[in-house]
Amino acid sequence: MFANFDFDVIRRSFGYLFLDGMTFTLTLTALGALGGLIFGTMIALMRLSGYKLLGRIAGLYVDLMRSLPLVLVIFWFYFLVPYIGQWLTGASRPVRVGAFTSCLVTFILFEAAYFSEIMRAGIQSISKGQPAAASALGMTYSQSMRYIVLPQAFRNMLPVLLTQTIVLFQDTSLVYVLSIPDFLGAASKVAQRDGRLVEMYLFAAIVYFAISCFASYGVRRLQARISIVR
Amino acid sequence: MESLRMMSLAVAAAVFATQASAQELTGTLKKVKESGTITVGYRDSSIPFSYLDDNQKPIGFAIDICRVIVDGVKSELKLDKLQVEFTPVTSSTRIPLLANGTIDLECGSTTNNPERLKQVAFTNTHFLTATRFVSKKANKLDMIDDLKGKSVASSSGTTNIKQLTEANAARNLGINIIPAKEHAESFLMVETDRAVAAVLDDILLASFVAGSKDPGAYVISKDAFSKPEPYGIMMRKDDPAFKKVVDAATSALYRSADGQKLYDKWFMQKIPPKGLNLNTPIGAELKHEFANPSDSPDPDSYKAM
Amino acid sequence: MNYNWNWRIFFEPAPNGTGTYLDMLLSGLVLTIETALVAWIIALVTGSIIGVFRSLPSKTANRIAFAYVEFFRNMPLLVQLFLWFFVLPELLPRSAGLWMKQMSNAPFYTAAIGIGLFMSARVAVQLAAGIGSLPRGQMQAATALGLTTSQSYRYVLLPMAFRIVLPPLTSEFLSTIKNTSVAITIGLIELTGQARAMQEFSFQVFEAFTGATLLYLLINIVVVIGMRFLERAVAVPGYITGK
Repeated sequence: MFANFDFDVIRRSFGYLFLDGMTFTLTLTALGALGGLIFGTMIALMRLSGYKLLGRIAGLYVDLMRSLPLVLVIFWFYFLVPYIGQWLTGASRPVRVGAFTSCLVTFILFEAAYFSEIMRAGIQSISKGQPAAASALGMTYSQSMRYIVLPQAFRNMLPVLLTQTIVLFQDTSLVYVLSIPDFLGAASKVAQRDGRLVEMYLFAAIVYFAISCFASYGVRRLQARISIVR
Repeated sequence: MESLRMMSLAVAAAVFATQASAQELTGTLKKVKESGTITVGYRDSSIPFSYLDDNQKPIGFAIDICRVIVDGVKSELKLDKLQVEFTPVTSSTRIPLLANGTIDLECGSTTNNPERLKQVAFTNTHFLTATRFVSKKANKLDMIDDLKGKSVASSSGTTNIKQLTEANAARNLGINIIPAKEHAESFLMVETDRAVAAVLDDILLASFVAGSKDPGAYVISKDAFSKPEPYGIMMRKDDPAFKKVVDAATSALYRSADGQKLYDKWFMQKIPPKGLNLNTPIGAELKHEFANPSDSPDPDSYKAM
Repeated sequence: MNYNWNWRIFFEPAPNGTGTYLDMLLSGLVLTIETALVAWIIALVTGSIIGVFRSLPSKTANRIAFAYVEFFRNMPLLVQLFLWFFVLPELLPRSAGLWMKQMSNAPFYTAAIGIGLFMSARVAVQLAAGIGSLPRGQMQAATALGLTTSQSYRYVLLPMAFRIVLPPLTSEFLSTIKNTSVAITIGLIELTGQARAMQEFSFQVFEAFTGATLLYLLINIVVVIGMRFLERAVAVPGYITGK
């Protein structure tokens, strides 16, 4: 069955696949998760702030992002981000934004909606007595959030946050639709150039599978350890 | 490489002659001067115009033309250094990305037509090609009507898929159109029997057939969806200062002997990555156009006198 | 912003000869819904079987379910679709592969099955969690009544579990709808694909994507409201069934 396969194509393109493609994918995943977590936490705090308007805006944002397919959002932002940049900086023309930055902005804004729901659950899981005690100690709202509530919420939600990051890692493959050379994009470029779809796509599948499996195994270990400590 | 340098010198001279020195810079020229960077959009698989070599670097006839344009821009702006960035585009993303400033020049195989001119601008024509389809010889398809009721691939965002869509509606063919992201993918659909035919510009079809594992197995239709239409390097519209520089650079290139040399480099000699030779001598129309560079979208204006 | 807005574009004729650009988007919407429904049926059926396997006392059944879930959860959906669409037909005997490739609706079937299997792993996890959340006494009582394992699942555990996991299943169904857009990479011209085509033909990028966005919001609202009614109708008294 594998007789007329050319697995050498993988070896020949190894550097491109991993040094260019996988580096792009992993950097996008890491920065996207970090940015998404920070922005997502802000959204969660807005929703829980008690200011009706603020909460409603944040809620609408989350609902909007969660209603849209990522592919559509990727197209939207790739074309829109330079105009947003123009609007933010007051420049006279759209700001040139590279492919990577554009994708990063997309994933931060999109994933923030999902991260915010996780953080909201995390914050709500902290008993009310804790922020009450903090304010009794004379801490301001931001101090009590920063030193008491958020660290615990983050810790409790760590396995869920990491699982969401694995989803994000898989989702980055969708930048393929923009012809950007992430790992899958690189694999498909080689595949199409050399007419080796079968070999390249099988290989890409195995690589994604191995990384995701390894990462989710790590999350399960972590979860077991955290639940014992608690 | 030596000839490229000569070319740039000739172009620099031509640009210098047309320069309006004291004028305030606007549009793309201003942007390029301020950032010291010009961004070129390239294609993955528009062989031999704009595609990736073995090291995944963009090369091709249109990319070489763009290098000449970049040199023209550089001397117009009197810059010592001008950084060139390459961004991949698809047929579907190239126009929005040009409009939103992600790329400044699109160097590939983009057809210049009146519809697109409402959105973008084109410099002098660098090729003429008609929309045709490729199929496997064994299937014995020759006329467009033979595609009736079959699955046919084409690249999304091209004039090709639009002409196919229109012909499908006008002639009531009931063709199942499969949009592909890239030209290479369109051809692969035929190679792997996903589609019986792929509708693209005939020059691209010829290069895919020549580069395939069994070139003898394919045939390009005589029946065409369009007249030979002009390809141009694409830039933002309403930017006359930039267009003037780009037009001057391409016009000087095409008129000089280097234009023909550059053509021969990509169409008459072996090209990377597979050492393919397309053996496509320059047509009378294009030769005439190179002598009298034109940015007209009208196919009829290119009839050789 | 130097962009020529033209909201009337929706009512201008599209080049495919079947109507306006709005009709184009609506035909995409129909295809999105059709694909999502077929995929969802596949996801529910296979997901339920695997979910039950996950909860059975048999080690072998657990292992099969575990491997199944890991297989479909640890690969990006896009890669899975590529495997079904580009790779599978090449691995089959030539005639079977050719038959698969030349089906005129190949992208639709591939998308429905590929997305269905991808989602089935998620349904399985939800359902297994639902079964696991039932008090142990339910199964014991069923056994005491002389029900076989399959009878206890059929009459006791599953009717309860499905009602409990209805809210998470709603969001999985919404994911299924959204995931159909990934199939534009294998040539399915659903809603996102039609929006892209509209952008290419008309050059009105933002109008096209706004149209698609509104239609996705509409589907979401309809599904959420519909499911809320369903949840209320089947709620188990005494259980907190979400909102």
